[in-house]
Amino acid sequence: MTPQSLFRPFVAFSRQFPLAANILRRLLLSFVLLWAVTVMIFIGVEALPGDFATTYLGQSATPEAVANIRSELGLDQPLLTRYVTWLGDAVSGDFGNSWASGQSVSEQIGKRLGNSLFLAFFAALVAVPLSVGLGLLAVRYRNRIPDKIINILSLAAVSLPEFFVGYLLIMVFVVTFPTAIFPSTVYDGMDFLTRLESIALPVATLVLVVLAHMMRMTRAAIIQVMSSAYMETAELKGLDGLRIIIKHAAPNALAPIINVVALNLAYLIVGVVVVEVVFVYPGMGQYMVDAVTVRDLPVVQACGLIFATIYIALNMTADILAIIANPRLRHPR
Amino acid sequence: MTKRPSIDPILPNSLSRRQFLGATAAAGFAMTASGLIVPNSAMAAETPKKGGNLKLGIKGGAATDVLDPAAAAGTVSFLCNHLWGDKIVESDPETGAPLPGLAESWESSADASVWTFKIRKDVAFHDGSKMTVADLVATLKRHTDEKSKSGALGLLRSIKTVEDKAGDLVITLSEGNADLPLLLTDYHLMVQPNGGYDDPNAAIGTGAFTLKSYEPGIRATFEKNKNDWRDDRGHVDSVEVIVMNDNTARIAALSSRQVHFINFVEPKTIKLLERAPHVDILQTHAKGFYSFQMFCDTAPFDNNDLRLAMKYAIDRQEILDRIVGGYGSLGNDYPVNSTYQMAPDDIEQRMYDPEKAAFHYKKSGHDGPVLLRTSDAAFPGAVDAAVLYQEHAKKAGINIEVKREPADGYWSNVWNVKPFSATYWGGRPTQDLRYATSYLSSADWNDSRFKRDDFDKLLLEARAELDNDKRKALYRQMAVMVRDEGGSIIPVFNDFLNASAKSMKGFVHDIGNDLSNGQIASRVWLDA
Repeated sequence: MTPQSLFRPFVAFSRQFPLAANILRRLLLSFVLLWAVTVMIFIGVEALPGDFATTYLGQSATPEAVANIRSELGLDQPLLTRYVTWLGDAVSGDFGNSWASGQSVSEQIGKRLGNSLFLAFFAALVAVPLSVGLGLLAVRYRNRIPDKIINILSLAAVSLPEFFVGYLLIMVFVVTFPTAIFPSTVYDGMDFLTRLESIALPVATLVLVVLAHMMRMTRAAIIQVMSSAYMETAELKGLDGLRIIIKHAAPNALAPIINVVALNLAYLIVGVVVVEVVFVYPGMGQYMVDAVTVRDLPVVQACGLIFATIYIALNMTADILAIIANPRLRHPR
Repeated sequence: MTKRPSIDPILPNSLSRRQFLGATAAAGFAMTASGLIVPNSAMAAETPKKGGNLKLGIKGGAATDVLDPAAAAGTVSFLCNHLWGDKIVESDPETGAPLPGLAESWESSADASVWTFKIRKDVAFHDGSKMTVADLVATLKRHTDEKSKSGALGLLRSIKTVEDKAGDLVITLSEGNADLPLLLTDYHLMVQPNGGYDDPNAAIGTGAFTLKSYEPGIRATFEKNKNDWRDDRGHVDSVEVIVMNDNTARIAALSSRQVHFINFVEPKTIKLLERAPHVDILQTHAKGFYSFQMFCDTAPFDNNDLRLAMKYAIDRQEILDRIVGGYGSLGNDYPVNSTYQMAPDDIEQRMYDPEKAAFHYKKSGHDGPVLLRTSDAAFPGAVDAAVLYQEHAKKAGINIEVKREPADGYWSNVWNVKPFSATYWGGRPTQDLRYATSYLSSADWNDSRFKRDDFDKLLLEARAELDNDKRKALYRQMAVMVRDEGGSIIPVFNDFLNASAKSMKGFVHDIGNDLSNGQIASRVWLDA
């Protein structure tokens, strides 16, 4: 069989079901990507100075204690052996126990990931409609006062580093006018409403940080569509401004908006360690940083894999949605 | 200028020049912050109020923490263990002398090698079971087992046997050690049922509080132990320990009255925090110090004149003022200060003296730059301190080349490996341990490669000496040796800097360790 003939059934399949084939190809690619991520994390952690034994013991390391820990964890084995052992366990769904605490990695990550998703979900719930809405408004009042105000405020918010935004909010809403809950620590047995209340400030911070990016992309994408001929037709028909934008322009500008929303969602889940630290919020980011600090490899690997999966999944969803949103891509000729 | 009462219990009666300097530095602080520090004596006069939920915002916790006291690392673990656990021996907050804990009394053989502890009979663990001598024996065995990963293993190496003899705890040492009771005050040595062999992370002990919930790196909650064997502690109903590693978050939480107490206040933010009307700054003299260590056996530091030149070439006062914001005391190139029992109190304070430095430098015959490795992993501000030192030494004609090393791996690749590097040392319960940890010839962590048979002999002699006056004289001799011939440049001892809401009363400044020697929660009360 020639290589060409090997691909023939797949080519036929992809002609018949282009969307499904696209998803399948991307899924396969994702697994390769995930595997590459594990290799890179492994090598990355290895390249850091000091291994788990020496960093965990810190200044109080003695040669015997280091040797004890190394042999207990198999750190004296060659790199490849360790990687293959880890990969074998991970493929069968066993992420092992944290070296530092001896606790099950999956169990601990479960909680932390839940917290991260909780925070990200509510931040997105506010940020996405708000930024898209503001984007639409900005287009409607293009180059007029509302547009300028929206632009200046959102650009100001995105220009400030996230920790600074966090500290500002703390200063105003915690220290000067004590209205918000601080620290934002959530824990087991906290009821839903209290939980929501305590994440108010980190959610506000995250919304301010991601708002401008999505808002400006919405604005730019729609403005581009607005310049096309059919928009002029719609205008000449006598439709009012906002209706044109929402009904006729927005659907055709969806693809880039979906993309930037997906990127920001990914950021909200995996990139918010600074916000977690500032608001003392027990999310995944802090967990991974703690683990990297002591080279707790099983935890670092598991966190890395989850982060990578989230990124890949969100990007893939964005691409698929973009295809679905575009009839020309949905039915290629 | 008024005397600062909270310092008094810490300073011995006779004020040496060195301590005087420390006290004046502290008094300078007192002038700007007068009234912020509630004197211990005044607090003792008030009757503690009962009840309330004490909230502590603490730096020094991670998702990798465990409750096993043997593996306690980091401030949060240290604190949590002191909430649920008790040690066999406690120490006096003011003098550091051993006090009865779970052992009500003890005596030793004449050569200090066999110790008999009488154990309290009226104590129960949180799970209701009665505490017996067997539990204490098992606890010590778990921590002294050769394969033990306990942080106390190093302290207890000289323990040969631990036995239950007719209801008493009997410890036999391989050599006399007059400090054994103090060794048992180590924070890893929490007494657990069956020594913690069954479940080291159970957090079941005899302490003033019982663990209610624990999420490592996030939060721990405790409730008052209703059957506490001591009635002079545990005034609050419940305690919440919240891990807050961000400095600004801790300050914000205290300023907005969300927590009653925060630890590790940065010297540079103290002045700002003082302005908050409801906040007390809590400054406690401590045993830890910042230092630059030279290898006495490696060129060019194998020449004592060069070492002396380096010691005279540092302006300690400026390091004290600039690096720790004045919240500390001057170091004198030996690793002990007035917070240790039987500390020498009449050794002249070494001061910045570029002329003397230049004299010794010339005499040493060394020429060319001296490479000093530093990193902020060594201590906060270590890079700045090295650069200041570089400037000080320049005036003596000594060229220090400062090399900044990565913080990652600093402790394994630079410290105790390279011949001249910055480091931090935390306190040890006794002078004996302080010297044995890093000045004994055979010590693993001899980070100045100070190897002297005569010094080792003095150390062993002092260890077995039961007469405190004689011991004090021996320790003075040792301090002078390290100061004048050793490889340690110790510019400052840094204080513990904490802050509390004014509604939190009864904080005891304990020279043993930070956070009132870990016992803050059982000592303070809330004045609502």
